[in-house]
Amino acid sequence: MLVNTYSCVLLFLAASTVFVLASFVTSWVLRPHKPSPQKLSTYECGEPTKGTSFIQYNVRYYLFALAFVIFDVEAVFLLPWAVVCKDFGLFGFIEAVVFIFILLAGLVYAWKKKVLEWL
Amino acid sequence: MMFKISPENWAFLIEFAWLCAKAAGLLGFVSLSVMFLIWWERKVSAHIQSRLGPMRVGWHGCLQTIADTIKLLLKENIVAKDTDKVSFWLAPLVSFVAAFLPFAAIPFAKNLVVQDFGLGLLYIFAVSSLGVIGVFMAGWGSGNKYSLLGAMRASAQIISYEIPLVLSVLSIVMLTGSLNMTKIVEAQGQVWFAFSQPIAFLIYFISALAETNRAPFDISEAESELVAGFHTEYSGMKFSMFFLAEYTNMFVVSAIAATLFLGGWQGPFLPGIFWFLAKVYFLIFLMMWIRWTFPRFRVDQLMNFAWKFLVPLAFLNILATALFLVLKK
Repeated sequence: MLVNTYSCVLLFLAASTVFVLASFVTSWVLRPHKPSPQKLSTYECGEPTKGTSFIQYNVRYYLFALAFVIFDVEAVFLLPWAVVCKDFGLFGFIEAVVFIFILLAGLVYAWKKKVLEWL
Repeated sequence: MMFKISPENWAFLIEFAWLCAKAAGLLGFVSLSVMFLIWWERKVSAHIQSRLGPMRVGWHGCLQTIADTIKLLLKENIVAKDTDKVSFWLAPLVSFVAAFLPFAAIPFAKNLVVQDFGLGLLYIFAVSSLGVIGVFMAGWGSGNKYSLLGAMRASAQIISYEIPLVLSVLSIVMLTGSLNMTKIVEAQGQVWFAFSQPIAFLIYFISALAETNRAPFDISEAESELVAGFHTEYSGMKFSMFFLAEYTNMFVVSAIAATLFLGGWQGPFLPGIFWFLAKVYFLIFLMMWIRWTFPRFRVDQLMNFAWKFLVPLAFLNILATALFLVLKK
C-alpha cells in the first residue's frame, strides 16, 4: 500500500510536470533560435512601448479579492454542514439559516456601500 | 552486497508502477482528446458561421491539429526582453498542472477512477482553482500592458465566479450527504440532479463557462481590445500549453457537471464509460455552441451578474434545499 490515499496527487503533479518539461525539451531540440532586437521587443501594435507595465492598479480589484476571500471561507464552513445536513433536523437548519443570513447581510452591506460596482 | 526486495516493497513497487501507468494513460488521453476538441471546435464554429473550416489535411481536415502541433513544436521560442523570466516560464506549467490534477478523482465509469477520494469534490475544486495563478503569472511575467490588463480581469472574473460555482454544488452535497464522487453518481440512480436541482445546474454551468474563460465570458482575452490577453507574448510550445490547459479545463468542468448533475456513467445497455464520455462531450459541444452564438459581456455586466444575481440565487437555492430536507424528515 502507498503511504497515504492522497500520495497519488503528488505522483500526478510529478507526471504532469514531466510531461510539460518533456514537450519543452523536444521543442528546444527541434526549433530554430534567431533572436533580433525587433523580435524581442514587447508587443504593442507595432509602436515602441512607453514606460513599464508594472503600474498602480484600481483598488476595486482588491475589494473584489477581499469579498472573494470572505465568501470562499464561508463556503468551506458550509461544506461540513452540507454533508451532515440530512440527519441534522430542524436545529441544524435554523443554525445554518442564521449563519447564511449574517453573510447575506454582509453581501447587502457591500452592495449598499458600492463595493460591488465596477465603474 | 545485494539489496534484497521484501514482499512488502514489491507490493509497493507494483502499485507505484501501476499508478504511473494510469497517470501516463490519462496524459495520453488528455492530449488526444484536446487534439480532437480543437479540430471539433473549428468545425463547429465554421458550420455555425456557414463556412467549411479546415478541409485540406486528412478527411475534412481531421489531421489539421496534428499538423498544427508539429508546427508549434518547430516554432522559435521568443522571450521578449521585458519579461520576468521565472514567472514567464513557470506560468504554462502551472496552468497545465492545475488543469490535469483533477483527473485523479474523476470517475470515468464504475470503479474506473484513479483514486476514489472520500473528499473527491473538495479536492477537485481545490486543485482546479489553482489555474488562476498560472494565468496571473503569465500576465505579470509578460511585461506587456495588454497581458497584465487581461490577467487582472481574468483573475477578478475567475475568483468572482468561484463563489457561485462552489455554492451551487453545496445543494448536491446536501442531498447526497457525501463529497465522494462515486457516491454522488450512485445517488442519481432514480433521477438526475439536473432535474431535481435545475437551478443549481444552471448556476454551475454558467459559472463553469466563466471559470474556463469561454465566451460570452472571455473578456480576459478579448481579441478586439486586448490582442490576446494574458498570452499575447507567448509563442511555440509555451503557447500550446495554455491551449492544452484551456481545453483540459473544459473537459474537467464538463466531467464534473456530468458526474454531479447528469448521472455520471449511468445509462442503459452500453458500458458506463461510453455514457460518461457521451455526456461530457455533449456538454463541451454545448459550450462551443454558446461561444459561437452569443456576444461578449461587458466587464461591469459580468461582475454584476456574478455578485448581484448568481450569489444570492445560489444562497436561496441552498436554503430551499435545506428546508426541503427538513420538511421531508
